[in-house]
Amino acid sequence: MADTNNPTPPKRPLVEVRDLNVNFVSREATVRAVNGVSFDVMPGEVLCIIGESGSGKSVTMRSLMQLHPKKRTRITGSMRVGDHDIMALSDKEMNAVRGRVISMVFQEPMTALDPVYTIGDQIAETVMRHEGVSKAAAMERALELMQMVKVPSPERRLKAYPHELSGGLRQRAMMAVALSCRPALLLADEPTTALDATVQIQVLIVLRKLQEQFGMGVIFVTHDLGVAAQIADKVAVMYAGRIIEYGSVKDVLLKPKHPYTLGLMASTVHGQNRDQDIDAIPGSPPDMRFLAPGCSFAPRCKLAQPECLASFPEPNDHGNGHMSRCFRTAATTPAMEMGIA
Amino acid sequence: MTDISAENAALIPAPQKPVVRGYWGNVWNKLRYDYVTLFFLGLIIAIILIAILAPWIAPFDPNKSSMASRLKPPGFKHFVLGTDEQGRDILSRIIWGGRTSLLMGISPVLFATIIGGLFGVLAGFAGGRTNTAIMRTMDVFFAFPSVLLAVAISGSLGSGMVNQMITLTIVLIPPICRVAETATAQVRTMDFIDAARASGAKTPSILFRHVLVNVMSPVLVYASTLVSASILLASGLSFLGLGVAPPTPDWGLMLSTLRQSIYVQPLVCALPGVAILVTSVAFNLVSDGLRQAMDVKA
Amino acid sequence: MTAQPTERHLQPVPPGDNNDRGGKAQPLLIVQNLQKYFPIRGGVLNRKVAEVKAVDDVSFSVMKGETLGIVGESGCGKSTLARLLMHLMPRDKGTLVFDGDPVDEPHGITLRELRRNMQMVFQDSYSSLNPRLPVVDSIAYGPTVHGVATSEAKIKARGLLEKVGLRPDLFGGRYPHELSGGQKQRVNIARALALDPRMLILDEAVSALDKSVEAQVLNLLGYLKRHLNLTYIFISHDLHVVQYISDRVLVMYLGQVVEIGPVDRIYNAPKHPYTRALLQSALEIDPEHRIETPPLVGDPPNPINPPSGCRFRTRCPYAEAICERETPKLGKAAENPAEHVAACHITNPVAGHSMAGRTLQSLPVEASAPRALAAAL
Repeated sequence: MADTNNPTPPKRPLVEVRDLNVNFVSREATVRAVNGVSFDVMPGEVLCIIGESGSGKSVTMRSLMQLHPKKRTRITGSMRVGDHDIMALSDKEMNAVRGRVISMVFQEPMTALDPVYTIGDQIAETVMRHEGVSKAAAMERALELMQMVKVPSPERRLKAYPHELSGGLRQRAMMAVALSCRPALLLADEPTTALDATVQIQVLIVLRKLQEQFGMGVIFVTHDLGVAAQIADKVAVMYAGRIIEYGSVKDVLLKPKHPYTLGLMASTVHGQNRDQDIDAIPGSPPDMRFLAPGCSFAPRCKLAQPECLASFPEPNDHGNGHMSRCFRTAATTPAMEMGIA
Repeated sequence: MTDISAENAALIPAPQKPVVRGYWGNVWNKLRYDYVTLFFLGLIIAIILIAILAPWIAPFDPNKSSMASRLKPPGFKHFVLGTDEQGRDILSRIIWGGRTSLLMGISPVLFATIIGGLFGVLAGFAGGRTNTAIMRTMDVFFAFPSVLLAVAISGSLGSGMVNQMITLTIVLIPPICRVAETATAQVRTMDFIDAARASGAKTPSILFRHVLVNVMSPVLVYASTLVSASILLASGLSFLGLGVAPPTPDWGLMLSTLRQSIYVQPLVCALPGVAILVTSVAFNLVSDGLRQAMDVKA
Repeated sequence: MTAQPTERHLQPVPPGDNNDRGGKAQPLLIVQNLQKYFPIRGGVLNRKVAEVKAVDDVSFSVMKGETLGIVGESGCGKSTLARLLMHLMPRDKGTLVFDGDPVDEPHGITLRELRRNMQMVFQDSYSSLNPRLPVVDSIAYGPTVHGVATSEAKIKARGLLEKVGLRPDLFGGRYPHELSGGQKQRVNIARALALDPRMLILDEAVSALDKSVEAQVLNLLGYLKRHLNLTYIFISHDLHVVQYISDRVLVMYLGQVVEIGPVDRIYNAPKHPYTRALLQSALEIDPEHRIETPPLVGDPPNPINPPSGCRFRTRCPYAEAICERETPKLGKAAENPAEHVAACHITNPVAGHSMAGRTLQSLPVEASAPRALAAAL
């Protein structure tokens, strides 16, 4: 197996997203799902986008693959992956990019795998389509991939249909399909959420190892802070379609600055005192059809002041690339000690 | 411990949507913008009204023949749409024929929905042997093409309006039963049915309060697609002489008798067919629209 | 907030609870030898070709006022167990004793009475509420089934909406699709409370919710338990949540109880190798201490025809010949709420396991790879 030799990582980011806006337009309303998101992913780097449902984390990622229905979606901003300007690609060009440059794994492998073909056929087909090799060579590659994702008795599993595999094996098989053409960028949409704890950690470890081995960039969407802690290099926290905090995984999870990140950590049950209530964030996320001009988290924020409702804050620099968008960061530090003791 | 309301005050999410429309409100709200469906809904209402008001609208007696003016083209004298082989006014006959054809389109579907729906819900909810017994019986009927089945039943019952209605009802019961059974079996596995059982509710109560309301909309939508099929089948039966007897005006029957004159007066001959086509297309499009409007993601 | 006694599971029922029949030390629910096998039929004659041993000889008891957490992976039978307790499916074997009265037996309480006393909250999903009923009607349905007038039941339902933190005037008339996940789950809880039950079975009740909403609902559950004097059986795959909410924990693996005991003892010193692996798999929010080797390899085996002897032996690092031959038993101790017991030969000094009698903590984490593993995969 040839290693992708990357002795010196290039300066240029693998992914560059600038001021991405995604609106879903229907007759009744416009849902402003993503509102001005910018980020970079370096080659060989894992970016975890953390957020709750409706935060725009999945929408952001799917935009990179043009997976939104064209008719109902308005996208502005710029996205570059490798040498490809995603916004300028035609459907045909995008198809060529999908699988070879950018690849994706989903939460539910059953929807991504074709139930009427064996796992081996599906991997081989992807390899043949993108690299034009023979069927035999493609099958050999498929076996190699199944070994890489640590599927036990891979020869037998290649001949299996998706429904014959357990949840964890199916997820690995989907990873094998996704990795079959050695993509430069892997998009992962909560791939371990539906798995049992003991299986989830196995899949995460395999993913992490392969990512390092391939020098692949990964954008990993999750709602689980524990998963992010396990796999991320960089973390972006999204709320109401915006990145409200960004930084290295240690900075964001150990020294969070934004009140929402703090609230999310306090809400996540991880050994809190059982005789006390959890310090939950009150209320629920805003309706994405009617977004107010200010900070979207302000209505639920303990620290909110009138200025928070007036305009959306500019990024604060906390050093080492750690960024938060909050007017009240200065006040969060004492609050932090109380929130996540 | 603080008092109840104070503790929960923080938990109460901010009000978001004060407008509460309910299920049918939502259906209507979707339908309101669906102009195609609205147009054809209007057309159906118009056709039904015309049929009901036939005695006052029809310009002539549909059964009054005149040997002098047979098979005249549209616009001949005062016959707007021309005359048939016995010199009867086509327009009047189409207006009157709408009564029989619509009756044959709607009433068998109605009866079949009640009977088939009942059996389907029973089969779907009871499961096991009851299900097997009901559904295998339905399969026997399903095995025959519907036209063949209709001809066979109609042939054994004899012609006439009531018999035609019975025939069509029997033909339509199996497909509706199947749809009702599938929908019920789906609803039966839902957690809210278990929750109702866990609260101690008895089966009839669960059926009426929880199952029927959920099975109703898919069954109704499906039934509405059958109206056009029923009209076509009824016309077919009449065409074959197995339906209503002449001289009762009926679109299918008209098509059958005018068939011989197709080379003499092709336009006139086609008119009853146009009536059948327009009506069945209208019913089909409306049921399509209804299905989309009722498809509420709960 | 009053200080809670440390041994919360022995906290007596407050005096004057009219519903209390058996006395404060009488377990609210005793489950003995509960069993449910699902036949798998196939072939031309639709014969039984195999069975899923979904719940196999499960015994435990639930004390008044405590929360018993039940954890396990998918296919371990925890949801089947919940449905068996609620009598939503017939059981093959087993006895249920509710507050001293056997259920559905002569001289015991009827099924109807049990259901009035024991209710279930389902996992939040699109199927847990009737999409065609306004939520206030969904909540009021239970009481009307028990003969309460509709108008009265609706008043009660509105009161319950208030209790679970939803304004009745704003939410009562809404349909499920007009509610968020958290709001739906509050309605689910209100519906379960509508019959004034003494016990709630919460089956993955917060699992589908966002973390911030999950925290709100967990707080609500704690609040309701304190104010309505409830007893919970809390079923979840989330080990952190179970640790937070439970007084005692029951661990299931392939239809059997492998370990049961007070929460702190289970979490601090698990006795069963499976429990330890499960706890080690729970992810911490700590990027500085990543898990480098998975605590367990492979997926949970298929519950159809599970391994002989100890069902965990195919994935267990300490499996020996004895584990294949003999099924480790929990015994009667599982019904004693103060006990911490595990169904493992290692915990039994006379079972014949080479490491018998040693604590799990004294054993190496990584033993030789289990011999049976290759065969099982």
